[in-house]
Amino acid sequence: MKLQLKIWRQVDRNSAGKLESYQLDNVNHHMSFLEMLDTLNEQLITNKERPVEFDHDCREGICGQCGVMINGIAHGPLKNTTTCQLHMREFKDGETILIEPFHGAGFPVKKDLKVDRSAFDRIISSGGFVSVNTGQAPEANSLPVSHETAEQAFDSAACIGCGACVATCKNGSAALFTSAKITQLALLPQSEKERKTRVIDMVNQMDKEGFGHCSNTEACEVECPQGISVLNIARMNYEYNRANFFKHKK
Amino acid sequence: MNTLARKILMAATGLFLCFFLLIHFLGNTQLFLEPEHAQKGFNAYSKFLSNNFLIKGVSYLLYLSIIAHAIYGIIITNKNNKAKGSYKSDHRGRASKWYSRSMGVLGTLILIFLVIHFQNFWYQYKFGEVGLDPYGNKDLYGVVVASFQNSWLVVLYVISMIALAYHLIHGIQSGIRTLGLFHPKFVRWVNVFAVIYSIVICTGFALMPIYIYFTT
Ligand code: HEM
Ligand code: FES
Repeated sequence: MKLQLKIWRQVDRNSAGKLESYQLDNVNHHMSFLEMLDTLNEQLITNKERPVEFDHDCREGICGQCGVMINGIAHGPLKNTTTCQLHMREFKDGETILIEPFHGAGFPVKKDLKVDRSAFDRIISSGGFVSVNTGQAPEANSLPVSHETAEQAFDSAACIGCGACVATCKNGSAALFTSAKITQLALLPQSEKERKTRVIDMVNQMDKEGFGHCSNTEACEVECPQGISVLNIARMNYEYNRANFFKHKK
Repeated sequence: MNTLARKILMAATGLFLCFFLLIHFLGNTQLFLEPEHAQKGFNAYSKFLSNNFLIKGVSYLLYLSIIAHAIYGIIITNKNNKAKGSYKSDHRGRASKWYSRSMGVLGTLILIFLVIHFQNFWYQYKFGEVGLDPYGNKDLYGVVVASFQNSWLVVLYVISMIALAYHLIHGIQSGIRTLGLFHPKFVRWVNVFAVIYSIVICTGFALMPIYIYFTT
């Protein structure tokens, strides 16, 4: 199949970017979207032009590295899939595809389609962990967790941190990402000790990074490759209110 | 204040306004009575409200809520517009309802309506020249009937109630989750409640000027 591509090109963080047009004549519709971009890059390199930079790693939908806006939709037209798992059979021969990087105040563009998502790392470092002494794994039966709770926690833990929620949010909010981690940990007994400080620290860090407010439009859940539920956000709100209500005196 | 604290303030004030709206609605259904009964009941009710010391306190809370809700609505919308990404090709709208993305615009329409609404009745009642009815109460009913002879005002009220309905369908369920309700079953119930509440209240309010326009 033949494709007309319009791709966001930006040299570095500080320069302005713009859309450039490219023609690809030999696209196989079994290719993944990233393989299609690889094909374009081979063509660019052959012509001694600068290849298009984009993030990727596993290419099997689990690492969360890939992710671009395809025709104005995060990860493209297919719901609940990452960009690497999207195949060219979803597009028509001769179609024009517009490709832009995810971005927002908390997500500055680094280069072309590459985005700086380190804000997510800083949100996790501010509280998305359980402080334990290292050593041998404790006896599993000493901390009973029901099957249902374990499954619920796992549903929240399934977030791969790709940032599609931020990109698709009309407010550039990171509420879905942050709340998924808070919910996962709030459900498990190991993390009980830090339950109150965690939610407050993570919410404050999320704000410091410049993400917007959650308007509960629920677009994030619809476009999330993992289908993370917006009820995680409601749970984060509950945890936040609970932490403030029962705050210890300093 | 962080993003969650601002949203909690929006939700608390917004839901308080929803509670007020229900009371306001129930009182105003008297407008649908026969004119003589409507005049007597409505005017006596208005007098009771403005003389009751408890209601006075609640009314100050109400003014404060409207002002805080509007100010924070503007702050939140501005901050969100700064935080969001803008795309040359943008089809993100497929994933959400238009009114959930338009709370700021819908809210602004409601604010404009409220200014006009307060001027029409609240200001008239408190500071304007209002005649007395046969029972010696200020004839607010007469003011209402006179106002709704103006077809433009009727149209304005109907349009504003449509905006309010959409604002509330999203606002109630959003606000409840902002306050922390996360149980899937109860969230579903709240969503159903929000739709029923908004449609019943806003249709009822919209019918009042229409009814008066066509019957008096
Ligand atoms: C005075 C004019 C008004 C303005 C400017 C306004 C604006 C807004 C805005 C911007 C939001 C935030 C939505 C978001 O986060 O995206 C909101 C939420 C809300 N509004 Fe209003 N609004 C107004 C009047 C009202 C009225 C009269 C009511 C009720 C009778 C109401 C009820 C609510 C509720 C329940 C919410 C949900 C809070 C949440 O999302 O957590 N609003 N409003
Ligand atoms: S490259 Fe790992 S999820 Fe797409």
